[in-house]
Amino acid sequence: MVSRKLLYGLSAIALMSATSAHAIDVKLGVLTDMSGLYADLTGQGSVWATRKAIEDFGAEEKGWNVEVVFADHQNRPDVGSTVVRQWFDTDDVDAVVDVPTSSVALAVNELTADRNKVFLVSGAATADLTGSACTPNTVHWTYDTWALANGTGRAIVETGGESWFFLTADYAFGHALERDTSAVVEEFGGQVLGTVRHPFPGTDFSSFILQAQGSGAQIIGLANAGGDTVNAVNTAAEFGIVQAGQNLAALLMFITDVHAIGLENAQGLIFTEAWYWDQNDVNREFAAEFAEANRGNKPTMIHAGVYSSVLHYLKAIEEVGSAEDGAAVVAAMKEIPTDDKLFGEGMIREDGRKIHDMYLFEVKAPDESTGDWDYYHQRAVIPADGAFRPLEDGGCEFVASAN
Amino acid sequence: MFELIGIPPQAFYAQLTLGLVNGAFYAVLSLGLAVIFGLLNVINFTHGAQYMMGAFAGYILLTLFGVPYWGALILAPIIVGAIGIVIERTMLRHLYHLDHLYGLLLTFGLVLVIEGLFRQQYGVSGRPYPNPLPGGQNLGFMFLPNYRLWVIVASVVVCFATWYLIEQTRLGSYLRAAVERPDLVQAFGINVPVMVTLTYGFGVALAGFAGVLAAPIQVVSPMMGMNIIIVVFAVVVIGGMGSILGAIITGYFLGLVEGLTRVFYPEASSTVIFVIMAIVLLIRPQGLFGKAK
Repeated sequence: MVSRKLLYGLSAIALMSATSAHAIDVKLGVLTDMSGLYADLTGQGSVWATRKAIEDFGAEEKGWNVEVVFADHQNRPDVGSTVVRQWFDTDDVDAVVDVPTSSVALAVNELTADRNKVFLVSGAATADLTGSACTPNTVHWTYDTWALANGTGRAIVETGGESWFFLTADYAFGHALERDTSAVVEEFGGQVLGTVRHPFPGTDFSSFILQAQGSGAQIIGLANAGGDTVNAVNTAAEFGIVQAGQNLAALLMFITDVHAIGLENAQGLIFTEAWYWDQNDVNREFAAEFAEANRGNKPTMIHAGVYSSVLHYLKAIEEVGSAEDGAAVVAAMKEIPTDDKLFGEGMIREDGRKIHDMYLFEVKAPDESTGDWDYYHQRAVIPADGAFRPLEDGGCEFVASAN
Repeated sequence: MFELIGIPPQAFYAQLTLGLVNGAFYAVLSLGLAVIFGLLNVINFTHGAQYMMGAFAGYILLTLFGVPYWGALILAPIIVGAIGIVIERTMLRHLYHLDHLYGLLLTFGLVLVIEGLFRQQYGVSGRPYPNPLPGGQNLGFMFLPNYRLWVIVASVVVCFATWYLIEQTRLGSYLRAAVERPDLVQAFGINVPVMVTLTYGFGVALAGFAGVLAAPIQVVSPMMGMNIIIVVFAVVVIGGMGSILGAIITGYFLGLVEGLTRVFYPEASSTVIFVIMAIVLLIRPQGLFGKAK
């Protein structure tokens, strides 16, 4: 009897020491648009990318226990906050991943800092996440409104598109994109003639396109995304905007949007992205695997960003030894240089901004494309050091107070 | 006057014309809803999904079978209407003797299932549908794409024909009689259940027709019904539940109101219809064209 008790005791001690030495528990929550207008460019693809990163990191081989949960925020900040509160307070989620729709991301951003967890942003665009709303718990990975404005806005003004009229989605993201693009346009000698804010999500864009046409601006800047951009571009084609001498600037465009518009109407659009599936063999291989699991769709830059950010997050946890202290993990993410197969080498700045090259793409004409998803010409590389807003211009408080 | 409201007359007329195009869709869709509610007493929440199915039927006919737009305009409503008939015979039929709420719940559940299936298959971004009538007319005050002009014409014809069928023909009188006293109409040797089934099929076919009509203007996407159906319900409430003429006139009228809001205060354009709905419900709960019961 005594010996049996001893045996139990010994095995318990052995088990305990085994766990404390190796096993790390991590729980990731992918909060995204599963059913709305952004579901194709984020959605289940982001969940897939998260799982892929965990697999490529070798979590299982390392004996880690990494779990993924996901939820649909329906593009509503109240829904998103409720989910994340439950994740943090009762489900022990360590990090929230993706979160398209800036208004939701800003709400999650605050909660994450409050609970000292980690927020890995890929889907949301607003540059405020590393500016006025920055926190030591957030890393903004793929792109932001400043980078889009700087890439697309600048390229267009420099090639002669000096007068602008904005069609803006009426919420945090659209406002931020319009603000950042206006600043770039004015800085490089252009002018903004007017703006019209359409409801989000919008259904009929003919009235807004007509107002833009009436403004006489050379460039109609679309400060919206996903289905809104798709509808706006199609309506512009129907009303013969380009034939009449005006041009469109799609300030945020994804490959899934181009797929939905079709090359006939999308050709010639110039825009900025962080990643394209057909840039090199590694990307193509990733895209092929992605397509197999996602109804044949190619991944967007957001999916690629989710993959890279999760991978880097896991590396940082390995360094720290635990996922418990969110701020400590994010600090480690900033300390270790980033290096992965999709985004190459880069770094994360103090304010949480991930720094890498951005690219200027142009949509191919139908006769230049070899088939479905062969849609982009790469027009220019925007080097990492000039691709994102300079640290000192962001107004990030905790960075300023640290210096 | 135009100086007072701050826009040139050209822009004003142009926005009115575009509002009329949107009104055309509201009219055809709310007409279908009104027909179904008027004759079956069912609040057909599936209407938006059936509109979306019409657009997809057009898209599938084109891409898989090479049927052009004009063929789809005839075929797609028949296909969607036939699916509607199956729904009526297998499910809806069993709920007629129960409260309205049950029909509403069933049709709402169907929306979730149908839209989920399409989302699973096609994603949310949607697919492009080529414009069958490219180019446009210069009306002096605006450039009106040919296709939008066609939308207005087609919807006016369909709305008038439906109104005429129900209000002015013998068949219509049977239908209206069957609403009042189905037992009596049955006793005169008219097969009321079949008539009800066909009516539902017809109302659904109207939604399918609107869907094909919308395909070249909007991207064909599983979300397209969800985006429009709430507005259409508001149109029906404002016009008066079940009033055929009310649905048509209110549809065009609210398209115009929405169009004007897009000029003066675009941020409110998605809510203006609901504001009007609230006011109408307060002042005239039966709707502008409804009869008080």
